[in-house]
This record gives sequence, C-alpha cells and structure tokens, in this order.
Amino acid sequence: MSILEISGLSKEFFIHRQQRRIVSCQSIGLRVGAGEFVGISGRSGAGKSTILKCIHRTYQPSAGRILYESEAFGQVDLAGISDRQMLYLRRNEIGYVSQFLNVMPRTSAKEHVASALLASCASERDASEKAREMLAYFRLPEHLWDIYPNTFSGGERLRLNLAHTMVKRARLLLLDEPTASLDAESKTLVRDILLKLKGSAAMIGIFHDLEFMADVCDRVYHLEEGIIA
Amino acid sequence: MTFFETPSLRIERLTIRYGAGCPACMGGGILEKNRCAACDTVWSLKGVSLEVYPGEILGIVGESGSGKSTLLQSLYFERPISAGSAYIHEYRGGEADIFTADRQQQREIRNIHMAMVYQNPLMGLRMRFSSLGNIAEKLLAAGNRNTAFITERASELLGIMEVPVARMKESPRNFSGGMQQRVQIAKALANDPSILLLDEITTGLDMSVQARVLDLIRKIKYQNPNVSMLLVSHDLSVIRMLADRTIVMFDGQIVESGMTDQVLEDPQHHFTQQLVQSML
Repeated sequence: MSILEISGLSKEFFIHRQQRRIVSCQSIGLRVGAGEFVGISGRSGAGKSTILKCIHRTYQPSAGRILYESEAFGQVDLAGISDRQMLYLRRNEIGYVSQFLNVMPRTSAKEHVASALLASCASERDASEKAREMLAYFRLPEHLWDIYPNTFSGGERLRLNLAHTMVKRARLLLLDEPTASLDAESKTLVRDILLKLKGSAAMIGIFHDLEFMADVCDRVYHLEEGIIA
Repeated sequence: MTFFETPSLRIERLTIRYGAGCPACMGGGILEKNRCAACDTVWSLKGVSLEVYPGEILGIVGESGSGKSTLLQSLYFERPISAGSAYIHEYRGGEADIFTADRQQQREIRNIHMAMVYQNPLMGLRMRFSSLGNIAEKLLAAGNRNTAFITERASELLGIMEVPVARMKESPRNFSGGMQQRVQIAKALANDPSILLLDEITTGLDMSVQARVLDLIRKIKYQNPNVSMLLVSHDLSVIRMLADRTIVMFDGQIVESGMTDQVLEDPQHHFTQQLVQSML
C-alpha cells in the first residue's frame, strides 16, 4: 500500500517584476510505499527540492495531485487541503529535514527538540525527557544539548533537525540533501541513523552522492530538467 | 475523519472608508493607492475577512499604510467601522457580532476577551500608576475586588514576564523600553483573554530584548494553548519565527494568505514578492 502517490505534479513560478514564468518541475509521478525509502537524484536545479517543498506545501503546486494516506484523515490531496489541515499534518505526521537551522534565538538544542512536543500540548517535563531520548538516539554528543545550535556543524544540525522531527513520530520524512557537505565519518553516522529509521517512517530523500543513495534507498527516481527520466 | 475547527475569531468583510463612496469604488473599481479618483473616498480597509483559530498566531504584514494597525484598532473598538462584522467564540458562543454590541458590552469584550499590546508602551500603560496598579486596573474592570488576589495575580504575571516583582509598586516610567513592553504584555494577559492583538511589539527594541520578548510570546503560546494572537510586524524574521499563518495586506485589502513559510518562500502577489525580496 502506498502512503504517498503523486501524479501530474507541476510547479512553476511567476516573477512579476520580470514578467517571467519559470518552470521548476513538470508532470511528476512518484509513489512511496509504507515504510519505504525512496531516493531522488539529479543535477542541481533539476527540481528535486521543489518536489519535496510541494509535498510539504512550502510551495503551492501549480498542477497535479499529491495523495497522502493520513493517519488522522484518511486519504487527502496535499495539493488541495486547507492551510490549517496541512499545519496539523506537519505537526503530527509529515516532517521536513535539512541541514538548515530554523530555531528561535536563545534556544538550546534540547529546548528546540522539546518545543516540537510543547506545540502539541505535552507537559514540560515529558517534552524534556523525550527530547533527551531523541538527542541520544540520533547521537548528538551530550555536551551539546544545552548549547545554542547556531554554532553546530552541518552534521550536528542535521541530527538536531532529525531529532526535532522524529520526536513527533513523523510517518513521512522529507530529507532535503541530508548528506550535502558532510565528511566521510559524519556520512557513515547519518547512514546508520537513516537505516535505523527505516520501517518506522516512510522517507523521500534527495542525494547527490549516488553510492550513498544506493546504499540506503529501496528505489530511486532520477530527475532531469524537471522531468522524471 | 473530516477536519473541522471552530475559529476563536472570525471577521467578515470589515470595511472602513472615509468619504461617501460612489458606484465606481463601491463596485470594486480600481483605486489609486486606496483612494477613489472619482469621488475622493479613502478606503482604509476594504472587505477584510479572516479567521483565527485557538492556539494560532496569525502574522499580518504589509507596508506602512496598508491597514494592518487599523485592522487591530477597529477590532479593539478604537476606530469606528463602516461595514462588516466580527465574531468571538468566547463571546456569546461566537453568534453575536461584536460591532453591534452596546458600549458596555464592548468594554466587557475589551477587558475580558481581548487585549491589545501597542508598539508604544505609553499607549497601553498608565505611567502615573505603578505596574501593579496597571494590572489591577484590568482585573478590577473584570470585576475582581479581592486585593490579595490582585496582588498575587500581578506578581505571577510580572514573574512570567521576567519583570522584577520587587519593583511592581514602581511606575513603569522608571523602566527601560524593554521592561515597559513586558509590563504591557503582563497587563494584557491579566484576564486570560482568548485573543491577543500585538501591534509591532518588538519594533524599536534592541536585539537581545527583542529575543526575550519573542521568547515570552512563544511561552504564552505553549502555556495557554487556547489563546489566539494577531501579530502585526514589519520584521519578516519575527513573523517567520512566530506566525503559523500569515496574511499580506496591501492598500487596505488582504492580497495573499497562507502558511508563513509558503508566503515567504512562494509568494504569489507582486507586492508580496517585492516585500520578500527586500528581506535582508
């Protein structure tokens, strides 16, 4: 059974200032089974992140359907549901993970992870305990837990973001270049973590490192100039 | 399962205009900025509709003069409206239009169900009263008469807002801008309003004080999961940090709305694109 089924997905941007239309991806079809790990490869600018951002609705798709099998609502089309419903899914079911930080100023790593639970009304003590568990699970060194993450390395940021997302038990994880600019050692660590996550969440990941991708993914889609080749 | 939520605040076609209006501008004709060239009518707000849900922070952005503050002021009965209606779930089950309520009921709504925090603490605080007195004013207006309770509540609120409780009998005039702002927020929270109107509350504060105020807003959100906030700000980073959804206003109208990251990363309207491209 698929958890996600995308058909005819296109995204174009209209830049008013230049009166120009930019096509980012076209007629994308893609399927992810429950617990499956699907990879997307392609050159930079091919439209890989656009697909993930359309699923997360950071971008509003221009055409197509994104059918998602939700735990709370049954089958929904992510391209058409209300903002409030999408916010609910982001809080409870769908996570987007990259190496970019999106933390409140003056928030420690542990508080950042706990905040994901506080947002869905957990008690402060529960949230803090779960946050510790998650940081340990994703092997963020304990001496970093009480530090503001803006000093973290790429690999540490990624692990923090994974902890922030997985503490909510996301069922669908969107991984936007999780291994970009990581050294060999951090990559091995990330690979181990992703393999460990497999089965507990369905995942779609964008990778540049083809060998790495072949190692962790069950299936791979290749994107060329906005079209799945 | 179908998805259904009850908004804590619903605004329908809220309009404020200065002038009589003519068939051209009433019928949705094109305005120069927000002024009708044919009849000279100025439209401060034109058909603004929105919904805010419990626990949600709704960001409101737009250039100066686009109607952001006017929208908050009209909701707070500080500016007469020309047309439209608004419903607060906590007030008569959301079935009575607050604009048709009589003056006494409007005072009750302002004191109990809603609270406003202004950019300038002079607007929200009485500088001749102490911080305690300012908070007491709100509590008294809601019918509290027990002084022990009032003092206790005031110290609790000032504590949450990280204002030294030992100084609560001092006038906020002696305080720094950041502290005054926190006293103002404490006052606004006095009666646990279900709707908080926040108008440029971090503008003019230095970075570290700003971070502290943002932190406190987030704390309020987590500790009072039913409070809804309307957050007007020029600072898109503040909006990105705090707002779940955001509306973009332009010449008195809402030209775009969506989840905050969507509005900032995939802006549709030409004005929103211009605004986002101006971000540092």
